[in-house]
Amino acid sequence: MIAIAVIRLRDLFAVIILFGIYSLLTAALFMDLNAVDVAFTEAAVGAGVTTVMMLSSLYLTSRWEATPKHNSLLPLLVVCITGAVLVYASLDAPLHGDPSSPVHQHVAPRYIEKGPAEVGMPNMVTAVLASYRGFDTFGETFVIFTAGLGVLLLLGIQKPHKPQPELNTVANEVVLKVVVKMLIPLILLYALYVQFHGDFGAGGGFQAGVIFSTGFILYHLAFGEIEARRVIPTCWLPRLAALGVLIYGGVGVFALLEDKPFLDYSALADDPVQGQHLGVLLVEFGVGITVFSVILLIFHILAGRSRQS
Amino acid sequence: MMEIPGLFNYWVVVFLMMAGFYVVISRGNLVKKLVGLALFQTSVFIFYISMGKISDGAAPILVEGVTTYSNPLPHVLILTAIVVGVATTAVGLALVIRIYEAYGTVEEDEINEQDLIDDSAADEPVSSLGGEKDK
Repeated sequence: MIAIAVIRLRDLFAVIILFGIYSLLTAALFMDLNAVDVAFTEAAVGAGVTTVMMLSSLYLTSRWEATPKHNSLLPLLVVCITGAVLVYASLDAPLHGDPSSPVHQHVAPRYIEKGPAEVGMPNMVTAVLASYRGFDTFGETFVIFTAGLGVLLLLGIQKPHKPQPELNTVANEVVLKVVVKMLIPLILLYALYVQFHGDFGAGGGFQAGVIFSTGFILYHLAFGEIEARRVIPTCWLPRLAALGVLIYGGVGVFALLEDKPFLDYSALADDPVQGQHLGVLLVEFGVGITVFSVILLIFHILAGRSRQS
Repeated sequence: MMEIPGLFNYWVVVFLMMAGFYVVISRGNLVKKLVGLALFQTSVFIFYISMGKISDGAAPILVEGVTTYSNPLPHVLILTAIVVGVATTAVGLALVIRIYEAYGTVEEDEINEQDLIDDSAADEPVSSLGGEKDK
């Protein structure tokens, strides 16, 4: 239903807020489908970061969408036909929740049965993410890093513009500032917990990075740009992001130097399970740093860009 | 009777996907297009996660006494996909902002019109340059 409202509305501000609500609902749905880690990420990313990013770019562009000039009947027809074909295809698909469907036959049972013993951590999602599929995750960390660089190249860092007291309505909200000050340590502490407890419970580098950056974005929103840039200068962020990728890659290269395959964590300690544990911890730390700094960098760039009319 | 709830998840996914697709192809506003793309993206996420679900299965975190777990593999794929998705959305937004700064609008039609005007101006560059000099 919210999806329909998102399509119909022309006020882009409302569209974005609704999209945030939609993301939160999706996160609840993921929770229901047993995907706790994913629900975590979706709630932090979809409802938090994406909304803030879209709003700040909306500030840089324009709020209202023009009425479409051309007929929207043809796209509707295309969409209906494609949808009908997809529904027809779904009639042959395995039933929802069926344990014998092909998805659950291939490598997944091995991950579930052997994973905890081989990697030595109860959270299978983290085990698969950082250990079995370490290469993929390395690639994805790199994609995030590249995306951050892309935004940096496209927009560049601008000097913070001078605050205009009469325009800044948030500047004098004492209650807001006090509440935010109390919330931020909790958010950061929680992010650290998610980061380092990811082996045992739900969580990991991706989620922790996003939550950590949310804390800083909140500070930015409540105290303004100058203050926020004093806490973490924007020029540090690309370096931090590179450091995260470097930690991840460094673990892999270290394994190479020890005459083991790239990203083989058993090189890190005498006991393979111990090595796995250490490796996953380091790799997740690298991912966390990269995600945190890229998201905060993108936010700094978007928020710091002065409006051009 | 059993088949209808069993396939319901696919239909929800198809509906959301088509909603996102419709926004992308029918709306001219570039920010709206990005929202549509994100809608499309979440439908794929829901598709993967719902495939990983096993009825009566627990979340894939080892707990004693539980034998059936949902499939962790789709969770891993989607977990990283969400974060990569937000990063790519940010690149898209950055492009939109640059387009706005260059053209003064984020509506596709108006951008196309301006491009056409620019093209016709580029066909006779000498005269337009001459006009500048006269001033």
